[in-house]
Amino acid sequence: MTDRAKIAINAFKEQIDGAVSAYLSSCVHCGLCAHACLFFNETGDPRYTPIHKLEPLRRVWWSEYTLFGKLALLVGLAPKVTEELLAEWQELTYNACSLCGRCSMVCPVGNDIAGMIRKQREGMVAAGYSPDGLKGASTRAVKIGSPMGVTWKAVAAQIGHVENDTGLQIPVDKDGADYLVLMSSMEIMNYPEYLEAIARIFSEAGVSWTLSSQAFEATNSGIQIGSSDIARELVSRIVAAAEKLGVKTVISPECGHAYTALRWDGPNLIGRPYKFKARHILEVLDELRAAGKLKTEGFEEERMTFHDPCQLVRRGGVLEQPRRLVKMVVKDFVDMPEAGKMNWCCGAGGGVSAIEEAGELKLTAFNAKKRQLEAVKPDKLITACANCRIQLEEGLEENNMDIPVIGLTELLAEHLVETGKAEG
Amino acid sequence: MTTVAFLDFVRGPLFQIAVAIFFAGLFIRFVEILVLGRKTDFSEPRQSGTGAGFKTVFSRSVPEAGTFKRSAFTIIAGYVFHIGLFVALVFLAPHIALVRDTTGLSWPNLPTPVVDFATVAAIGALVAILVNRMRDKVLRFLTGFEDYVAWTATFLPLLTGYMAFHHLLLRYELMLALHILSVELLLVVFPFTKLMHTFTLFLSRWYTGSAFGRKGVQS
Ligand code: SF4
Ligand code: SF4
Repeated sequence: MTDRAKIAINAFKEQIDGAVSAYLSSCVHCGLCAHACLFFNETGDPRYTPIHKLEPLRRVWWSEYTLFGKLALLVGLAPKVTEELLAEWQELTYNACSLCGRCSMVCPVGNDIAGMIRKQREGMVAAGYSPDGLKGASTRAVKIGSPMGVTWKAVAAQIGHVENDTGLQIPVDKDGADYLVLMSSMEIMNYPEYLEAIARIFSEAGVSWTLSSQAFEATNSGIQIGSSDIARELVSRIVAAAEKLGVKTVISPECGHAYTALRWDGPNLIGRPYKFKARHILEVLDELRAAGKLKTEGFEEERMTFHDPCQLVRRGGVLEQPRRLVKMVVKDFVDMPEAGKMNWCCGAGGGVSAIEEAGELKLTAFNAKKRQLEAVKPDKLITACANCRIQLEEGLEENNMDIPVIGLTELLAEHLVETGKAEG
Repeated sequence: MTTVAFLDFVRGPLFQIAVAIFFAGLFIRFVEILVLGRKTDFSEPRQSGTGAGFKTVFSRSVPEAGTFKRSAFTIIAGYVFHIGLFVALVFLAPHIALVRDTTGLSWPNLPTPVVDFATVAAIGALVAILVNRMRDKVLRFLTGFEDYVAWTATFLPLLTGYMAFHHLLLRYELMLALHILSVELLLVVFPFTKLMHTFTLFLSRWYTGSAFGRKGVQS
């Protein structure tokens, strides 16, 4: 056996727990997961059947953790995990899976297939079978502090603009603030509206908050490429900054996987609970709404719908908040078919957006979203993930569909009742 | 060997061996799964996963609406087969008698026509499932040797049982012996194939249901 294959096998072994073993023992090859997966549905390629994407992990499980498998391995009859196999499965593990988790909701025996694909990535990346785009993003995230190479300088520049435009002061590195606000590079680069919206809403609500020059980036390429080591390094920076400032809550921005990384995976990566709470911005806004601290005026004239980011909703549990918030400012709100926890992925989650070779595939996968949109014909599309947003905008443009996309936080800020009392 | 001697052998020592392999196999498989355990989850739960886990154990038996539309045949045929098999296995008078004789437990049987209907339905569904497996693009792609082994091991007891009960084709004693033999085959391959899903699916649903549940998602 070659070294790379051996590295992968050992990494897979570390990932196999009781749940994985139960899952792989239970699969009856019924094929239902295929029809839940946008990559299969939109291409018709049976190789994209979710459970099939797990062949390398399955082989290791069978030959290492089952009696018959072990015997077969002894006499050399167990199917092998080779470099060729891993190379072939790289595409299936990364390009053709957005970790959206739809398959995990429909499997009749209850397998969390998406969770296993995430685990399989650990072995793939350890042995070097991961896409260049994600490798680059991870390297930049570790070295520069952001997958897109954004530095604090860019954030500081944006702070300057927002302060100029709003007359508000953006707090930075403020000890003892209640909330630490994080951003995604995408927001720093492409959607400066986010920071402005936060500044205005929080100022009105009288919330004590801060940015941190030590930890401003919420996205976590380690989660996407599937490397716990990288993911741990990135999340530790946030934890260190948050615990040093002594904030009560860290707010994940409008980004799905950043939320998963911070809210659900983070404590397990560092091996202990946080000393603060981790929340998504929509959860915080919904709490402010409930406390009467988020007041809006007026309604949108147009027909609008909401795209549920997979990591936020299906995999994250922020189900009700988006709709409660949307309904504050949108009268003609309509849900797409299968919206909510069975929503169809935009096609570019789970790191797919960073994989150049997946460019065509992700646009094909977008057809699932296209059909959903055609069913309700909205004038505008709201979402709460900058990564979804980029893909949605690209997909809509590719299909000549004239539907502007807007972030929910930003939309709420447009309707904010402002009394004018500006405080940091 | 005479037919009667063959029958005695099959339902005597051979049956005991098969049952022993079956239970030993189940034990091994469960130990293999459970010793691996699951790491403690340090994230702050939105709610306890226990209730959601239990709920998923049951709710996964009901297909999600969109999935039902997309895979209606697989789901309906699956239901018919599983219910038919269950009725034939649990409510046929001779099966109950066998359990009573070995364990002392007993429950009322269902009338022969009902069990008959269930058995024929299960056989029909299994045949349809097999044909679909060879026809459907995804299923043909996924199906391997083990799937055919599992199918055959399930199909034979149903078929031979039905034929023995109705004294078809062969002499009753011989058909009965074949029926028992096919059950023994089933018992022996059961723990080492995906037939294990009969039991492990409860673990799978529990693991998924409770993990999703603590995040606030009923799966
Ligand atoms: S839906 Fe579940 S049981 Fe069916 S093929 Fe997929 S993983 Fe296997
Ligand atoms: S997680 Fe989503 S993209 Fe990945 S295999 Fe499952 S359904 Fe397909």
